[in-house]
Amino acid sequence: MSIDKDTARRVAHLARIRVEEDALPALAEEFNAILGFIEQLNEVDIEGVEPMTSVTPMPLKRRADVVTDGGQQDKILKNAPDAREGFFAVPKVVE
Amino acid sequence: MSELNKLTISDARAKLRAGDVTSVELTEACLKTIEDAGTLNAFVHHTPEIALDQAKAADARIAAGNAPDMCGIPLGIKDLFCTKGVPSQAGSAILSGFRPEYESTITLQLWDSGSIMLGKLNMDEFAMGSSNETSTYGNVVNPWRRGNDDAALTPGGSSGGSASAVAADLCLAATGTDTGGSIRQPAAFVGITGIKPTYGRCSRWGVVAFASSLDQAGPMTKSVRDAAIMLAAMSGHDPKDSTSADLAVPDFEAALTGDIRGKKIGIPKEYRMDGMPDEIEKLWADGTAMLRDAGAEIVDISLPHTKYALPAYYVIAPAEASSNLARYDGVRYGHRAKLAKGEGIDDMYEKTRAEGFGPEVQRRVMIGTYVLSAGFYDAYYRRAQRVRTLIKKDFENVFDAGIEAILTPATPSAAFGLGEMADADPVQMYLNDVFTVTVNLAGLPGIAVPAGLDKQGLPLGLQLIGRPWEEGDLLNSAYVLEQAAGFVSKPGKWW
Repeated sequence: MSIDKDTARRVAHLARIRVEEDALPALAEEFNAILGFIEQLNEVDIEGVEPMTSVTPMPLKRRADVVTDGGQQDKILKNAPDAREGFFAVPKVVE
Repeated sequence: MSELNKLTISDARAKLRAGDVTSVELTEACLKTIEDAGTLNAFVHHTPEIALDQAKAADARIAAGNAPDMCGIPLGIKDLFCTKGVPSQAGSAILSGFRPEYESTITLQLWDSGSIMLGKLNMDEFAMGSSNETSTYGNVVNPWRRGNDDAALTPGGSSGGSASAVAADLCLAATGTDTGGSIRQPAAFVGITGIKPTYGRCSRWGVVAFASSLDQAGPMTKSVRDAAIMLAAMSGHDPKDSTSADLAVPDFEAALTGDIRGKKIGIPKEYRMDGMPDEIEKLWADGTAMLRDAGAEIVDISLPHTKYALPAYYVIAPAEASSNLARYDGVRYGHRAKLAKGEGIDDMYEKTRAEGFGPEVQRRVMIGTYVLSAGFYDAYYRRAQRVRTLIKKDFENVFDAGIEAILTPATPSAAFGLGEMADADPVQMYLNDVFTVTVNLAGLPGIAVPAGLDKQGLPLGLQLIGRPWEEGDLLNSAYVLEQAAGFVSKPGKWW
């Protein structure tokens, strides 16, 4: 599996990271080095092996379905780069 | 009293209780030392006012009697821990200006036990790195040097600030976190002790997430006893972290009996890597002999999937990181890029993340995005999760056969020079974690103990791996190794 410039561009977009066009070839090359390393996993016989979902098996605790937190709008907005009238503000999303 | 900053936690505890020293004196000694150690770039946010207030309160508590073990002990806190009102940036520009409105469970427990916060410690950005060269605050410098050579060395990473600060006696101990070796590798590079507990022993709540199924916090200290004392204060069930184990925290310090007679300790043949330096090989053999001399039964064991741990890690950790780091979008906290006229919300996300994340973080987020993307999920992510099952099974098999601890080298080399790996491809840097990463994948406790110096005078560490939830037993084995190795070297002060 080899990653070309177009795939690198697509992955960068999926990750929402702006990568300039002239930086894409080097990025693709780095991806290929890392993926080449990862390819070793293909040597392993994984027939019948379950994928790990929890490293220390334990049942998740349950609790009553009630409100346990809230009422801290000011704290939640405190670090926002742009907060107005009790909301996070962002550029226009809907035309 | 001079050089109070050089005390261990256990010695300071004794002096505080005896009234020989106050927490304020200890704290002031550390603050003064930190001021003179700017060159190391270990402390990146200083909190002297908080420290002195906490120290006064600790002194009152100690005077009243029955103070907890950690009461009055000055600590450094890795920047990955959210500390209320104090910058917590995870070493990243994308969190510049972020001051949490809440306190991580671990730091809260430490403050409740009377510990003192001296400030926040430098680290690799989002804990991604093995040399502390990816931080937005710049490199951390290792207080150790190669003989008289003044080349600056890495303290390792990602807990490089914690390692450098403890080794240079800027604090009595520090918090670290470990996703693939980030406590143990830097501890080994600077000649201190660092333990990553069993996954679920310490709450992850309020610790900036890198790879949630692998991340665990732990103490970085000047002795094994200190690690036992501080780990107890950091451990325990937390309802806010659904993966934190609802288990009683044993008295780890009481487990340090120094008696390991009859204990079965495994030596895994797969950890004997091609091209491993002779000095590491010798250190490992010496460590094995020390444990044998102490009465342990040494057993050759096999962990056949060891070779696949790093490639599995470099699928799983970036995948989880790409998901965890999606939250840094310029909306809720931290940096937001300036937009040109006509640019929309996608431009905001993309520019914010390009400006805020450094190259290594960008690389890992994109790799993670790729291995989770449609058409590749089964081939990469699901396969890696199945290999992870096999890696854990390897350990279960040897533990089922009666092995109680496993001895390995902590790192494949001594500390290398800052910048020395600049031209290497990313995979070369990843190899630093070859001995430590298996432990995270299997969720086990692992501890790095300083065991010797190489021919250039740099510290080398050994790693002991324990059974799940048996940190007490593991610490006891480490304690025996520590006593036998008798590592007392300190870096000469040049900074």
